[in-house]
Amino acid sequence: MHKDQPLIFELSKPGRIGYSLPALDVPAVDVAQVVPTDYIRQEAPELPEVSELDIMRHYTALSKRNHGVDSGFYPLGSCTMKYNPKINENVARFAGFAHIHPLQPGETVQGALELMYDLQEHLKEITGMDAVTLQPAAGAHGEWTGLMMIRAYHEANGDYNRTKVIVPDTAHGTNPASATVAGFETVTVKSTEEGLVDLDDLRRVVGSDTAALMLTNPNTLGLFEENILEMAEIVHAAGGKLYYDGANLNAVLSKARPGDMGFDVVHLNLHKTFTGPHGGGGPGSGPVGVKADLIPFLPKPTVEKGEDGYYFDYDRPKAIGRVKPFYGNFGINVRAYTYIRSMGPDGLKAVTEYAVLNANYMMRRLAEYYDLPYNRHCKHEFVLSGKRQKKLGVRTLDIAKRLLDFGYHPPTIYFPLIVEECMMIEPTETESKETLDAFIDAMIQIAKEAEETPEIVQEAPHTTVVKRLDETTAARKPILRYQK
Amino acid sequence: MLHRYLPMTEEDKQQMLETIGVQSIDELFSDIPESVRFQGEYNIKPAKSEPELMKELMALAAKNADMKTYTSFLGAGVYDHYIPTIVDHVISRSEFYTAYTPYQPEISQGELQAIFEFQTMICELTGMDVANSSMYDGGTALAEAALLSAAHTKKKKILLSNAVHPEYRDVVKTYAKGPGLEVVDIPYKNGVTDLDALQAEMNEDVACVIVQYPNFFGQIEPLKEIEPIAHAHKGMFVVASNPLALGVLTPPGQFGADIVVGDAQPFGIPAQFGGPHCGYFAVKSALMRKIPGRLVGQTTDEEGRRGFVLTLQAREQHIRRDKATSNICSNQALNALAASVAMTALGKKGVKEMATMNIQKAHYAKEAFVNHGFDVVFTGPFFNEFVVRLNKPVAEVNKKLLEKGIIGGYDLGRDYPELQNCMLIAVTELRTKEEIDTLVKELGDCHA
Repeated sequence: MHKDQPLIFELSKPGRIGYSLPALDVPAVDVAQVVPTDYIRQEAPELPEVSELDIMRHYTALSKRNHGVDSGFYPLGSCTMKYNPKINENVARFAGFAHIHPLQPGETVQGALELMYDLQEHLKEITGMDAVTLQPAAGAHGEWTGLMMIRAYHEANGDYNRTKVIVPDTAHGTNPASATVAGFETVTVKSTEEGLVDLDDLRRVVGSDTAALMLTNPNTLGLFEENILEMAEIVHAAGGKLYYDGANLNAVLSKARPGDMGFDVVHLNLHKTFTGPHGGGGPGSGPVGVKADLIPFLPKPTVEKGEDGYYFDYDRPKAIGRVKPFYGNFGINVRAYTYIRSMGPDGLKAVTEYAVLNANYMMRRLAEYYDLPYNRHCKHEFVLSGKRQKKLGVRTLDIAKRLLDFGYHPPTIYFPLIVEECMMIEPTETESKETLDAFIDAMIQIAKEAEETPEIVQEAPHTTVVKRLDETTAARKPILRYQK
Repeated sequence: MLHRYLPMTEEDKQQMLETIGVQSIDELFSDIPESVRFQGEYNIKPAKSEPELMKELMALAAKNADMKTYTSFLGAGVYDHYIPTIVDHVISRSEFYTAYTPYQPEISQGELQAIFEFQTMICELTGMDVANSSMYDGGTALAEAALLSAAHTKKKKILLSNAVHPEYRDVVKTYAKGPGLEVVDIPYKNGVTDLDALQAEMNEDVACVIVQYPNFFGQIEPLKEIEPIAHAHKGMFVVASNPLALGVLTPPGQFGADIVVGDAQPFGIPAQFGGPHCGYFAVKSALMRKIPGRLVGQTTDEEGRRGFVLTLQAREQHIRRDKATSNICSNQALNALAASVAMTALGKKGVKEMATMNIQKAHYAKEAFVNHGFDVVFTGPFFNEFVVRLNKPVAEVNKKLLEKGIIGGYDLGRDYPELQNCMLIAVTELRTKEEIDTLVKELGDCHA
C-alpha cells in the first residue's frame, strides 16, 4: 500500500519558518504611512508555514514519485529524452552566467554576448542557415516567431493574400496552433501509404494564397521525406516559404541540413537535440534560423560582433518586433552551448548515427511482435501499431500502462494520428544495448501477456504509487487548487 | 568514437547491424538523397574534454560583471533577491529536471503535485480563482492575456498603459499582429496611468485594459479607479503584477481583475541574463476553460487514492491543433518548481516580511536621495523602485559607478524621451544601508 504525500499546505503549522532574511538595517517605515489603506493587503496569502527540513523531505518524497531520464529509460517519441549532462548544470550556475542582469551595460556582459554569438555561429553551421536568433523560449514559440517573419516577408513584398499555412497530417500539434496564433489558416496535406507527404495532394493545396509549408524531416513517423527537394520546388514555385520544425533534428546531424534541403526558416529545440533538460515540461529554448532574404525580419535585438566587442543591435526597422522580454532563455542556451562544445563535429555525427542505429535495431526486433506500419529504415524514431493486440482486447494505452510496471516511461502513444493504436518510440543515442534489449524483452513479454493473460495488461499499472486516475471527473468537476 | 555520453561499443554495433540486416550504419541513411546529403563533418569548434571546457567556460563567465560580486541597483523587471539555498537543492533532484511533461500521471505524481501546489500559491498571492502551470515569462504571459481577452470578448482593441514594462509592451504588440488587434498606448501622468486619457479611449470596441501593478516606474497603480473604467463596456481588466509585491499589496483579484499575469522571477529564480524566468497566468473562474497552457487538477485513482493529472486538455494544441486557445507546449515547469520552493520557504510570514523590507529599504533610499537634493520624479506610493533625475546621461553615470563596484539603475531615456537623464533605481531586501549610502554618495554631484 502506497502512502499519499500530503500537500505542503497540509504540513503547515503556524509558527514555523523556512527562511533567513537579514535584520532590517534602515528605519522601519510603517507601510501604512507610505501605502494608501486600500492598497495594503488585509488578509495574508495562505502560504505554507514549514521548516527547512519539512521542505526538503516534502520535495524529496515528491521526487521519488516522479520518473526522469536519470531514473530510467524514457523512449518518448519526438521528445528526444537523452541524457542531460551534468557539466551543463554546473556551467549554467557559474555566477557570471546565472547572476547577470539583462539590462547591464554591454561592456559588463561581454562573456555572455560572446557565448550567444558563438552559439549562433554553431547553429548556423549545423542547420545550414544564414542567421540565427536565440530569442524564442521554446519550440512552439520558435514556430510562431518563424511564421511571423514569413508573414512580414510576404507583406514587405506587397503580398497580403498569403493567408494559408500547409501542414502534413502527421505534424506536431503545435504547427497548426502556431499558424493560428500568427493569423494564418491551416490547410492539411495528406500522407501517402508509404508515410510520406503526398506530392499530388501538395500540388493540389498549394497556390497563390500559400504563405508556407511546415515540415518535420524526418517526419513524426521517423521517415525521411526523400522528395524534399521536389516539395521545396513546388512550394517555392508558388511563392511560398518552407518551414522546418527542428523537433527531429537528432536524426540528421551531419547527415542533412535543413538549409541544404531548401528550407527558408528553421526552429530548433535546444532542450531536445542539444540536451537542455526538459525540466518536467520546461524551460526550453527554440532558436530560429533563416536564409538571407529573411534576415531583415529577425526579432529585435540581434547579437552582433563589432570592432569594440559584442553588442545588441536594436536598429532593425523591418524586424517583426520583440518576441520575448530580453534575449531568450539564456540559461538553457548556456547548457546547449556546453553540450555542443563537449561533442564537437565528430561527436555530433556519432550522436545521429547511434540514435538511428538504436531506433532501427529496436524496430527490427519488435516487428515480429507488433505491427510495423512502415517497413523501411527509420531515422531516430519509429512507429508501431497495437492493432494486433487491440483485437485481443488490449489497447495501446494498456500496453503503455503495463510498461510502467517494468520501470519504463512508455513511448508517445496515439500520435501521429494517422496510425491506428500508435506507439512512437525514440530510444536516443545515449542508451546502451543492454537497456534497449531489456526494454524489448519487456515489450515482448507484454505482447505475450496480451495473448495469454490480457487482464494483467488491461489492469496495469500494478506497481505505481497510484493506479489509473479518473481523468473524466478531473475535467468535469475541476479542482485546480488546494482549499482548506 | 569513444565519448562519455555514447555507450555503444564496436561489438554492440556489429551485433545490432547484423540484427537489422545491414552492413554499415551508413546504409541506414540511404533514404537521404545524395543531393541533400551533408558530406563530412560540421565546421565547428573541436570537442573539449570536461576539465578543459570547464576551465574555458569559467573564464568566459568571469568576463561578466555579476550581481554577487557587484552591488546591483538595477531592476526594471528582473531583481536581485534572496534565493533560499534549498531552492537549488530541490530543483537539482534529477527526477524533476530530467523528466518530460507529466503525460503519464502514474509515474509523474511528484511533478503534478508540485505544480498543483504552485497553482494554489499563485491563486493565493493574486487573489484569483485559477492559475495555470506557468508561461514562458511575464511578457509573453501578458501578450497571451491580450489575445485571450480579444478571443473572449470578440473585440479587437487593446488599451495598454505606457507605464507597463516597455519590453512587455513590445511583446504584446508583436503578438497582436497575428489576430490583427489594435493596440492603443495610454499615456501616464505623474508616474501612473492617466485616467482621463484612459477614459477617453474607452468604448464598446475595447477588449481589455492592461496596467502593471506596481508599474514599470515602481508606482502603485490606482487599480480601484481603473477597474470601473475597464469594465464600463464589457471589456476585460488585465493586470501584470510582481508577485512579491502582493505579499504586502492588496491582490489585483480583490480589485476585480479578470486576468492577472506576471513573472515569478523574484521567487527563487536567478536573473540569468533575462531567462529562463517563470511567467504565471491567473484568471477568474469564468475563463477557466479558455486559459492558455497546462493545468493540473486533483482527482482519484481506481482505489480512491488522491492523485493529480493534466486536465482540461481540450484547450490545448496537442488535442485541438489549429483550434487551440494558444500554441504553448513547453512552459517553465522547473522554474515554477523553484518559485514554489521559494514561496514555501518564505511562507505566509516571510513573503510579507520580505515584501515589507523592499518597501522600507526603497523608501530609505528615496529619502536619502531627497535629502541630498535629488529630484525624485514621481511622488506617488511605490514598492521597491523609484525614479531619480540626474544632471547627466545615465550611461555616463553608470560607467562611473561600475568603477566603484556598483551596477547602477536603468536608463529610462532609452524608452521615454521625456525621461532623459532619469534613472530607475531598484532597492531589494539584499541591499544594505551601507550600500545605499554609498550609492547616494557616489551620485553626490549628479543631482539635476
